[in-house]
Amino acid sequence: MPKGMTIAEAILARAGGKARVEPGEIVDAKVDRAMSHDNGALVAKHFAEIGVEKVWDKDRIVLLMDHRVPANDIKTAEGHKKIREFVAKQGIPNFFDIKEGICHQVFPEHGYALPGQLIVGTDSHTTTYGAVGAMSTGIGATEMAGVWATGSLWLMVPKSFKFNVKGKFPKGAYPKDLILKIIGDLKADGADYASCEFYGPAIDAMTVGGRMTICNMSMEMGAKSAICPPDKKVFDYLKGRAKGKYEPVYAAKDAAYEKTFDYDVSALEPMVAAPHTVDNVKPLKDVAGTKINQAIIGSCTNGRLEDLKEGAAILKGKTIYKDVRLIVAPASREVLLAAMKDGTMDIYVRAGAVVINPGCGPCLGAHEGIMAAGERCISSTNRNFKGRMGDPASEVYLASPAAVAASALEGAIADPRGYLK
Amino acid sequence: MKGKVWKYGDDVNTDVILPGRYLSNYDAKFLASHAMEDIDKEFAPNVKQGDIVVGGRNFGCGSSREQAATCLTAAGVQAVVAKSFARIFYRNAINLGLPVIQAPELVEKLQKGDEVELDMEKGTVKLMRTGESVAFKSLPPFIMELLRDGGLIPHLKKQMAEKKGISQP
Ligand code: SF4
Repeated sequence: MPKGMTIAEAILARAGGKARVEPGEIVDAKVDRAMSHDNGALVAKHFAEIGVEKVWDKDRIVLLMDHRVPANDIKTAEGHKKIREFVAKQGIPNFFDIKEGICHQVFPEHGYALPGQLIVGTDSHTTTYGAVGAMSTGIGATEMAGVWATGSLWLMVPKSFKFNVKGKFPKGAYPKDLILKIIGDLKADGADYASCEFYGPAIDAMTVGGRMTICNMSMEMGAKSAICPPDKKVFDYLKGRAKGKYEPVYAAKDAAYEKTFDYDVSALEPMVAAPHTVDNVKPLKDVAGTKINQAIIGSCTNGRLEDLKEGAAILKGKTIYKDVRLIVAPASREVLLAAMKDGTMDIYVRAGAVVINPGCGPCLGAHEGIMAAGERCISSTNRNFKGRMGDPASEVYLASPAAVAASALEGAIADPRGYLK
Repeated sequence: MKGKVWKYGDDVNTDVILPGRYLSNYDAKFLASHAMEDIDKEFAPNVKQGDIVVGGRNFGCGSSREQAATCLTAAGVQAVVAKSFARIFYRNAINLGLPVIQAPELVEKLQKGDEVELDMEKGTVKLMRTGESVAFKSLPPFIMELLRDGGLIPHLKKQMAEKKGISQP
């Protein structure tokens, strides 16, 4: 008897119109949804080159702007204009202009990410939607032009990895610390081409947002997709959001995983990824005291309400260190509204933070919050590559929002646990 | 075609191949003029048509920006050879008609500045320094077809034309 299928295999079998698929097999897969952000302008350019008039299905394409919003230079403005023109010409209904927030937050918030679906996006962190049980993966702009034209693309069925995560998160340790720990163990290519599935009591206990953090950052170890089996939390999250019906997909009991990893979060401590690679992971205490110039809370990894609250709990009633710039970028308009309503934003502004509009903000060093040579930042984002946030001689440390907030108070990398009751 | 080797280490990410600050400009020549500049200032001004970029493990990890492949093709790079590739870069390169060759043993043999002759169809790289010819595992036929067509866009155009029953100009 052949073994049963993993979640990724089952989704790709369905999308490829096959009864079953094996790792390594190439399927011609029909996608359920296709997402593009600012680089939609580049996709539109390639789409025009193919020479088809209309996109394959306008209802399945989602377009938004988040990377450089509002436009910061003329080239960006031209790109944004091209997207608006394309949206109007094609009559694409699922379009969000500069106000809405980061693609990976807005897409699930608006119910486009659904369990069991195959989703492609022109962004590497498209893996995020695995938090609701979708198989989602990043592709390039040229390839997306092909998807817009045909609705399908070739995909290799990935091998699957299984992560069993047990234990209860101790104070000061969060899903971000867990995924940093995992990336540090597996390294930047440890999950290349693999689909990572996350199971166990620690995942079950996690919010959908926490699972998004995990699935989002799995990309940093090369994962093609990262998936948590959808549960009641996901179904509750999707209530009133889901665009259309969905059918959750689960792994067969005897599904074959190429590798299995066991983690216990009970003794997890705050972690950081030190410059200049995401897999350069250390316990935060090893670098505590390192001076910083900038601190960032935001991004598709950690810019949700729960993340902002995590930082605010530490900053409440305090003022940040005089020589530090704390930048807060809510992941979406919905997040910003909620954070204004519950007083979270109030805490940040009083503490001395600069609150910027929902979007990618400083994360990719293309818009604002840029650093000069010799400057150092601690950030709740997901990449710390050389030059990622400005001058190649600047440095980025990645950590949880709590660790970022504690560091902003001290002007140096600081352990959040000292601030938590 | 003959070319010179530009050799780098493991985990060359797309942020250093083409930094985020240049992403809003889609002009390929502009992108080429900034290729690799955060890890190798010598690359963009000196790279020649037919040169080969050689990397270690996980070449092209990070962002999905296809400009990381565009800037290399526009700079004249004829192929990238690495011990392994990150998947999005791998796909982007093929879709843009840039051959990507996964060949760990070949990487070990190549040194910075080596002159080599690459034959994609035969699947060989001839190393002029030693006269040795090294074979690599050839790419699957449908990828070779994509590459021969010059990438995904020309390939799709060809397919559509064939569907309509009109011949290619
Ligand atoms: S927040 Fe950062 S990682 Fe996320 S989509 Fe935006 S630029 Fe990419």
